[in-house]
Amino acid sequence: MKRIVVVGASLAGLATARALRAEGFAGELVMVGDEPHRPYDRPPLSKEFLAARDGPAQLSLAAEGEDLGLRWRLGTRAVGLAGHTVLLDVGAALAFDGLVVATGARARDDLPGARLPGVHLLRTLDDAVALREDLRRGGRVAVVGAGFIGSEVASTARALGCDVTLVVASDAPLRAALGRFAGAVADLHDRHHVEVLTGGRATEVRRDGPRPAVHLADGRRVPADTVVLGLGAVPAVSWLRGSGVRIGDGVLCDAAGATSRPGVVAVGDCSAWFDPALGRHHRVEHWTSARERGAVAARTLLSGGRAEPRPQRPPYLWSDIHGRRIQLAGHARLADGVTVEAGSVAEGSFVAVYRRGGEPVAVLGIDQPKQFMSVRRRLVVQGVPA
Amino acid sequence: MTTPRSIPACPLSAVPRGAAVRVEAEVPIAVFHTEDGELFAIDDTCTHQDASLADGWLEGCEVECPLHASRFDLRTGAVDAPPAKRPVRIHRVHVEDDMVYVTLSEGAVGGTR
Repeated sequence: MKRIVVVGASLAGLATARALRAEGFAGELVMVGDEPHRPYDRPPLSKEFLAARDGPAQLSLAAEGEDLGLRWRLGTRAVGLAGHTVLLDVGAALAFDGLVVATGARARDDLPGARLPGVHLLRTLDDAVALREDLRRGGRVAVVGAGFIGSEVASTARALGCDVTLVVASDAPLRAALGRFAGAVADLHDRHHVEVLTGGRATEVRRDGPRPAVHLADGRRVPADTVVLGLGAVPAVSWLRGSGVRIGDGVLCDAAGATSRPGVVAVGDCSAWFDPALGRHHRVEHWTSARERGAVAARTLLSGGRAEPRPQRPPYLWSDIHGRRIQLAGHARLADGVTVEAGSVAEGSFVAVYRRGGEPVAVLGIDQPKQFMSVRRRLVVQGVPA
Repeated sequence: MTTPRSIPACPLSAVPRGAAVRVEAEVPIAVFHTEDGELFAIDDTCTHQDASLADGWLEGCEVECPLHASRFDLRTGAVDAPPAKRPVRIHRVHVEDDMVYVTLSEGAVGGTR
């Protein structure tokens, strides 16, 4: 293999490039990224970076003194894949022997009015810079979305002194991720005076006079100076249409990152790896998976898929909301029961362990890092301890 | 020049193999006892963000930050990959009468840039 092209210059692409070098690949390594920036860390965009005045350098994912010998093609979007060639929006074509698809996901914007002035999505560094300028002006902020981004932005905007309304379609923020423990986060929002509108299905953002307002299906209206849409993300894979790479909810891969095409692997938010624990393909948007799976995908690519896959850890994510640290690992949906084993839900600091047949399969912790880790280490995946 | 300071950290029985304890010194220190029976001490706070490395994932002679997965080598303090970019300080450890002592090293917290 002489030339490997990595499409996607974020955490997953960089982790794979790093692993390719660590595995001894000495050929040409090209990184294509549609943003103008070198790889940077996204989780702080809704937290520390949004709250502070840090420059982008703080977010860099480059290690000190590291030289991976990469050829950068930044500010360039891949628009097609034909044979062993990636087509770029600038009209150029990049031939490859091996391809890493790491194009990530883009923020959903399928709500009328999503592109009005004062309405923000949050996915990229440039998005975060624009949003924090508006948040600094204070005033009223309406956040639409019941996921982690929505709750994190609500928390950060509140810390910056804004009046915040969080609009969620379900009965509680983070209901999907935290299940019966979602109330703990609702309590946090309450204590920090974030107004939560539940059952609020947003239908559009409209400009009523000088300011935008979120309109809900039941007729409610949330006027604001700044609107943030946290509607979720969709895998950025449309450029692969017709390429022979099988697509479902993301690029379909086996349990080691191989796609349906030889010499092409996919990793990160754009990919749906086969998950043996779930028995199906499963797209994961977690930072930790993007970071860890790069090493697996690199071995798959270099070995032509013959490398023995190493056991992978169960998925892990964290969030910081109103100064609380939320950690979640494993597959809670596999559990047949859950028990609180440390702390107290009422006090908002606890560890909940999800078990199946007595074995822990998932763990949720709020402000309990030590207890959380002790369970996380014992999580069972397909009979293989993590 | 100041004399290196040795502080009593904890009884050896408080840190069994595979475990770690956090010790409040002038900066918090983490003492690790590896599965192989070696003792190490490093600065407890991850150089990336406020997380206690004593709460981390100990594997061999490395500890992984409990939050964001950067790994630190307990023998050298070196970090494998971002988000942490700077090494942690390492400190000398010795055991006397079943008590673990840590000799704090000089140098700035979070290594040098």
